[in-house]
Amino acid sequence: MMTNQGNRVTQGQFSFLPDLTDAQITAQVKYALSKGWAVSVEYTDDPHPRNTYWEMFGNPMFDLKDPAGILLEINNCRKTFPNHYIRVGAFSAVRGVESVTMSYIVNRPKKEPGFGLIRQETDGRTMRYTIHSYATDKPEGERY
Amino acid sequence: MASETMKEGKERYKSGVIPYKKMGYWEPDYKIKETDVLAMFRMTPQAGVEADECAAAVAGESSTATWTVVWTDRLTACEMYRAKAYRVDPVPNTGPGTKTEQQYFAYIAYDLDLFEGNSIANLTASIIGNVFGMKAVKALRLEDMRIPVAYLKTFQGPATGVIVERERMDKFGRPLLGATTKPKLGLSGRNYGRVVYEALKGGLDFMKDDENINSQSFMHWRDRFLYCMDAVNKASAATGEVKGHYMNVTAGTVEEMIMRAEFAKSLGSIIIMIDLVIGYSAIQSMAIWARKNDMILHLHRAGNSTYSRQKNHGMAFRVICKWMRMAGVDHIHAGTVVGKLEGDPMMIRGYYDTLLDTHTEVQLEKGIFFEQDWASLNKCMPVASGGIHAGQMHQLIHYLGEDVVLQFGGGTIGHPDGIQAGAIANRTALEVMIQARNEGRDIWNEGPQILADAAKWCSPLKAGLDTWKDITFNYESTDSPDFVPTATGSV
Repeated sequence: MMTNQGNRVTQGQFSFLPDLTDAQITAQVKYALSKGWAVSVEYTDDPHPRNTYWEMFGNPMFDLKDPAGILLEINNCRKTFPNHYIRVGAFSAVRGVESVTMSYIVNRPKKEPGFGLIRQETDGRTMRYTIHSYATDKPEGERY
Repeated sequence: MASETMKEGKERYKSGVIPYKKMGYWEPDYKIKETDVLAMFRMTPQAGVEADECAAAVAGESSTATWTVVWTDRLTACEMYRAKAYRVDPVPNTGPGTKTEQQYFAYIAYDLDLFEGNSIANLTASIIGNVFGMKAVKALRLEDMRIPVAYLKTFQGPATGVIVERERMDKFGRPLLGATTKPKLGLSGRNYGRVVYEALKGGLDFMKDDENINSQSFMHWRDRFLYCMDAVNKASAATGEVKGHYMNVTAGTVEEMIMRAEFAKSLGSIIIMIDLVIGYSAIQSMAIWARKNDMILHLHRAGNSTYSRQKNHGMAFRVICKWMRMAGVDHIHAGTVVGKLEGDPMMIRGYYDTLLDTHTEVQLEKGIFFEQDWASLNKCMPVASGGIHAGQMHQLIHYLGEDVVLQFGGGTIGHPDGIQAGAIANRTALEVMIQARNEGRDIWNEGPQILADAAKWCSPLKAGLDTWKDITFNYESTDSPDFVPTATGSV
């Protein structure tokens, strides 16, 4: 079990808040749409902090401007992967940004095993560090 | 070519002393070229010195002039090398009938050929070199500059930039959170790392060395780096987030700084730190090293207030921001508005815009006198540090936006229930306020209620709010914009 605040992975914009309700998620989606950003849904069973490429639940929804339709996609992903980490993102294609502008977790496994820190002692007191995701001790698809 | 104000030929180059105006440094009809470097100075002329002569003197002394006529000018394309003062406006609310001596805004254009590419040192040796000590001016302040695209393109710019920093950290859509380890001086490496671990595990993204933490008898630099990196990695494992500690590599020589930076890299640090006092060329060297080594480069603006704070003499901080973005730093301390350090809200917004814009328009109310095309130079992350706490979260987001590192040093470490609790309070306040803002709530007015509601389920936030609820720093700013909404006529 993780021992930090909330005993959970705290990636994303809202991990210190109580889990977002559908209405709260919809409000955030509306904000992204009002900025002209494309909303995306991604999932993973390896939340390592440097695991950049979560699986895409379809392409970013560049042409879907209906918050209810986007919520439906989010909930489809949750139904398909009830024990995975799922995050909702937003992308801006504006010059000078062209990157992710929002990212927040909307689903997590019931038990989050967290990470171990592996220290490799090397020359002198120098150390090399590896962050190990406990979930990856099991094969993909069997982790939670 | 020469304007009516300039003498020509034989008469111009007769030995002796002639007014700068007549030497070709005052050209009110000058047509600005796209490739010119432009500078705007606030001048307080000595008694008896006319404003346009004073502006010409500033143009002269910051380009080719010396105090007397030299015939050797005639061996050069001297007309081009002369800077041209092209506009002088009286500063609103100065002069007779006010509390302030008469001041003028003087606009000066410099040809691109005056400057060496990719050298802040060369640029500044002209623009702020000798001229500030000249007797003809009682006081002089560099207010703003326009850097032409052709010149900007010779600079690397921020080693990482805001966009890539966020991608590397996997943190989007909210300000980053940091804190400076306190007390500044005296902690051993082991004790110091404890503070770093607690704050990062609690929820901050960054911890930071202070500007004067280098390698003193109570804590040598290697010890600090080793303990802090253990803290950073342990906190990263405890939270599943990428975290960092700004390792201050400031030292007596660039060679020593590079050596310390290499050690930070070998331990897996994602960010290093330098102080403004190391000098412009050292900063550019460190920025090039940082780009080459995937390192974020934090700059503490140590020393700047000695020349940027007083309104009549020195230089505006927005110009330092501009130079530092060109020099290639990724972070720079740029004010908090609500904290303990100097800062008028509009002036600070001007600094933030200077660091973050891709294109800046003239905005006199922010002290921005020139349009600036940033030519796709990376954005530099402003850092707000000094006397801020969770209870001001709505004001901080209102004034500073989301591209900023909010640093709560005392506001984390001074929490009554400990450092982790302090970090939890700050992170919770931040997330709840970003959520509310995105939901379309009026955080400026509802902010205190939003925080109070969150404090009902987040006891560390409640304790923090109770401790700091009455802390404000309301002093009048010394550096504020001088403008009247209607255009002032040229003199």
